Amino acid sequence: MSERLTGVVVAHSELAASLLAAVRAIAGEDHGLVAVSNTGCDRASLLRSLEAAIAGRPAVVFTDMAGGSCAFTAAALARGHGEVRVVTGVNLAMLVDFAFHRELPVEDAARRAVEVGRTAVGLVAK
Amino acid sequence: MSVVLYRIDDRLIHGQVVVGWGQRLGIGFIVLVDEGVRANVWEQELYRMGVPPAIDVVFATVGEAAEHAAEWERDPRKGIVLTGDVETMAALCAALPEVRKVNVGGIHAREGRTERLRYVFLTEDEAARLRALAGRGVEVTAQDLPTTKPVPVADLA
Repeated sequence: MSERLTGVVVAHSELAASLLAAVRAIAGEDHGLVAVSNTGCDRASLLRSLEAAIAGRPAVVFTDMAGGSCAFTAAALARGHGEVRVVTGVNLAMLVDFAFHRELPVEDAARRAVEVGRTAVGLVAK
Repeated sequence: MSVVLYRIDDRLIHGQVVVGWGQRLGIGFIVLVDEGVRANVWEQELYRMGVPPAIDVVFATVGEAAEHAAEWERDPRKGIVLTGDVETMAALCAALPEVRKVNVGGIHAREGRTERLRYVFLTEDEAARLRALAGRGVEVTAQDLPTTKPVPVADLA
């Protein structure tokens, strides 16, 4: 069996750690996710933190804002790593789903996360 | 005046710039003065994709910025000129004496720098460059977001 995927959540302030706490509460400890904050980081130091979190493994990197420093840095990193894909606009639904689908190839897992994340956003009927 | 903010920010184009300042000021363009990004077409595309389509992004060297600054000042839209470090902003100000205000928006921890504010870390050389800018009459303040209080250069450099 091939290695299961790693997920890295990189976001502003404490968002990534808080999302992981929420994933743990729903999916338990076997989620394969690592949290990285951009607090106090310039681009170079954030890149080093991301590289350490990925540690050369196949990974999906989840970032908060499409136009933010986390997304730009993750995209720059992914460019040099064939087995790393970046998903922007992270939400809890896509992370919980990812925790249960880490056996997928990285490309499939990233595309699935985008679909699940999009489906989770909606206007509640009243 | 069309360029409403000259900012030093080592995260370059990011949320604080595009949303925090951009929304508040109603900007229509961002000029990123950075030799590395200017030379990297892929990185330029990446930044363009991350910025709302209503905001134009221009990439320039210091020389190109000096050459085109008058055009940007005539632009009916408001704009932000951004550098990733103190050295580049100092060079830009030397080439453009009309720059009267510089915003220190984010310079993060690195070896040789000491903390001046939560979001400003400077080497002695960087502090001296900021003081020199202020000495030439440029108003240098640190302010990460429009909603926070500007901190004068004397309190950080």
